[in-house]
Amino acid sequence: MAILDIKNLGISFGGLRAVDNFNLSIEKGELYGLIGPNGAGKTTVFNLMTGVYKPSDGIIMLDGENITGKNTVEINKAGIARTFQNIRLFKNLSVLDNVKTGLHNEFAYSTAVGIFRLPGYFKDERLMDEKALSLLKVFDLDGEKDYKASNLPYGKQRKLEMARALATSPKLLLLDEPAAGMNPNETKELMETIKFVRDEFDMTILLIEHDMRLVSGICERLSVLNFGQVLCQGPTGEVLNNPEVIKAYLGD
Amino acid sequence: MLKNMKKSTRSNIITYAMVIVAYIVMQTLVSTGSVTNLIQGLLVPLCAYSILAVSLNLTVGILGELSLGHAGFMCVGAFVSAAFSKINATSIENDLLRFIIAIIIAAVCAGIVGILIGIPVLRLKGDYLAIVTLAFGEIIKNVMNVIYLGVDSKGIHFCITKASDLNMESDGKIIINGATGITGTPHSSNFTIGVILLLITLFIVLNLINSRSGRAIMAIRDNSIAAESIGIDLTKYKMLAFSISAMLAGVAGALYSHNLSTLAATSKNFGYNMSIMILVFVVLGGIGNIRGSIIAAIILTLLPELLRAVNDYRMLIYAILLIALMLFNSSPAGINFREKYGIGRLLHKNGPDLSETAGTQRAHHVEGAGKKGV
Amino acid sequence: MDFLTHLINGISLGSIYAIIALGYTMVYGIAKMLNFAHGDVIMIGSYVVFITVSTMGFPTILGIVIAMAICTVLGMTIEKVAYSPLRNATPLAVLITAIGVSYLLQNIALLVFGANPKSFKSVVPFEPLVLADGQLVITGVSIVAIITGVIIMVALTLFVNKTKAGCAMKAVSEDRGAAQLMGINVNGTISMTFAIGSALAAIAGVLLCSAYPTLTPYTGSMPGIKAFTAAVFGGIGSIPGAMIGGLLLGIIEILGKAYISSQLADAIVFAVLIIVLLVKPTGILGKPINEKV
Repeated sequence: MAILDIKNLGISFGGLRAVDNFNLSIEKGELYGLIGPNGAGKTTVFNLMTGVYKPSDGIIMLDGENITGKNTVEINKAGIARTFQNIRLFKNLSVLDNVKTGLHNEFAYSTAVGIFRLPGYFKDERLMDEKALSLLKVFDLDGEKDYKASNLPYGKQRKLEMARALATSPKLLLLDEPAAGMNPNETKELMETIKFVRDEFDMTILLIEHDMRLVSGICERLSVLNFGQVLCQGPTGEVLNNPEVIKAYLGD
Repeated sequence: MLKNMKKSTRSNIITYAMVIVAYIVMQTLVSTGSVTNLIQGLLVPLCAYSILAVSLNLTVGILGELSLGHAGFMCVGAFVSAAFSKINATSIENDLLRFIIAIIIAAVCAGIVGILIGIPVLRLKGDYLAIVTLAFGEIIKNVMNVIYLGVDSKGIHFCITKASDLNMESDGKIIINGATGITGTPHSSNFTIGVILLLITLFIVLNLINSRSGRAIMAIRDNSIAAESIGIDLTKYKMLAFSISAMLAGVAGALYSHNLSTLAATSKNFGYNMSIMILVFVVLGGIGNIRGSIIAAIILTLLPELLRAVNDYRMLIYAILLIALMLFNSSPAGINFREKYGIGRLLHKNGPDLSETAGTQRAHHVEGAGKKGV
Repeated sequence: MDFLTHLINGISLGSIYAIIALGYTMVYGIAKMLNFAHGDVIMIGSYVVFITVSTMGFPTILGIVIAMAICTVLGMTIEKVAYSPLRNATPLAVLITAIGVSYLLQNIALLVFGANPKSFKSVVPFEPLVLADGQLVITGVSIVAIITGVIIMVALTLFVNKTKAGCAMKAVSEDRGAAQLMGINVNGTISMTFAIGSALAAIAGVLLCSAYPTLTPYTGSMPGIKAFTAAVFGGIGSIPGAMIGGLLLGIIEILGKAYISSQLADAIVFAVLIIVLLVKPTGILGKPINEKV
């Protein structure tokens, strides 16, 4: 069964149909790419999936659960985590604490336990530290755990954002232009990391990307979005050679 | 031993130690008679100011929202607790017990007012939030000025017109007399209780910051959209920070009111001016720096008293310090200067970075309106 | 007849609020900041008129012109020294700075002029208008305030919509970055906005002190905050909004004072602000602003 199943998803802003009749089905463990020219509505699809916008129509099913119209917090609890196109870290918190906030709902001791330092506090904090550190190791960030997040170099900030999203133990990870602003070497390294995350955590990943080397290098299947509508869908190789897709990207 | 501890734990222990050492030094000075009456009279207000500054720092530094109505919560705590103590001055004979109950009542009432105000206020952001908290603070002060409360054999009487409208029996006693306020509150506050309350405040705030809830609050401060995306309930944690901050301000109010024989809600003690004075402590002590708030409260309260000549210029100096510190910490010239000479942000730790802002952040004031931009 | 008197007093006070609110709303629309010190610029303007006209015996008009000039320079100086270095800082830093400037002006005034209230002699020479056999009295200040308010609003609307500088202001308020790329002098435009707002503050100060003739260093702060309330009420950034908001607020305040409780008048005004922000946070004529994800 598909882990993510989107049917007829659509949203209008005023008179503009930003996303229309969007269908998507992703299998568990798949690495799926969502591509398309600027303004095609890719990030809007992410925003619809994570409850930032409420869809005007359509259904989003996650692992058999209908999450359409739920708010961001509920959707995260249901199992979708994301990164952002323009990095959104908690920049005044340490690298470690950024990941620990991702564990917020897994180790949910109460405020009173925290303030009065009841026994649960020490146990949960220790477990959080361990888990957060192991995640940081995956992204090779454990050496910088006490750095302020804003002091990390750009590439590492993107990785930290991924680590934070993974900390919420999602079923589906959404990456919004993970390679934006990276040089070819960093992109190559990032591709390895994404593949590693998929294998290590048995994660399903849906990513938006403009960097075709990354897309063709790691994505197994692609959807191409143009003017809010799906232009074509299928295995990466076929899609990238589709004349319609080439036309959408390069113009007539 | 200190070296093996986590940085935050070490920093917290230093803060507690600082307060305790200051207390011991002060008590020694008082007992040897080397402190003037003037300074002695300032000790309890000083504790109250420190509690207020620490609690406001929770809202401004940790939650990242500017509240200009903090004195309003203090006002609620002060009046409720003073009224309670005066009503029960004879029925509860143990002074300390009565005061403890009064403090708890002050905390609870201020907390409730905090929640009631927080529900509408926390939907707003930035300048709007600031101006609405200011409005609430002024409303609380105004309302306190028209409240008449009395007790007689038949029970409690209340009105908002004039004392004679209370229609009390001949044995009636006026508790709150409109703009005249409360007179004859039992003098239960003392320096020791003040310091204990300050330590409790520190315990609550510092432990909160270093816990799951504290991280959630700071995450919301740094980036509310990202915080939501990892499953943090914005309303819940904003409300938590705001109401704890209000509760602690209520405690400070109780401490303050049980140190005065006459308590009236004027703009000087519970109005906008007081809120700004507390804000000055927070800003000069370092936004987000809890220890700094206490140091600033102590220095800025004692210094003008010690240097009488300065006293006339006190508010002027506060004003100049506010502007200068903001420019030094946040303007491009200030940042360049600091980088050139390797100085960190002055008096500014753990707090939000005030120098950078996303272009959209400023224009965005209303949250929860439902729709967000494309 | 009582009601009519209150209503006219309300409109008169409201016109003064509106003139102050115009200063707030323009600065907020263009510099995206709450200029807390605006109310204190009003106070400075009033002191200047008090000194030049009452003490030094200058003609009223000359006194007002001097006050406008001094307030304009003051407003531009404040912007240059305190606000412009923080153009890219967080709202928190800017707001705290503005509060600092407000305090600075109050305390300078306190040191220079003292805490004792000065009794301000009304600059309006007209006799009150007596109608309906003395049942309805409209003071000269009321009439002047209302007329001045209308003139200023019409003039400002024309300025913003019909002149090049006005269009530059609109452009900067829409998108500062894009305006800069189009060759608009953003710093100059912001500076000009402060200049206009501060000159209006001087006029508002004179009217305010003519209607309520005690002048202290704190005279400006409450009307300033209330005028900001008016600006929010009308929709921040909107010139007609400031006018409508100011008038409504003045009427609400005077009627509240007359019919509900004089002590709670301020509380009523602030309650209006809170209700407006909850029900329609963008005010009567404001535009919604949203954040991009």
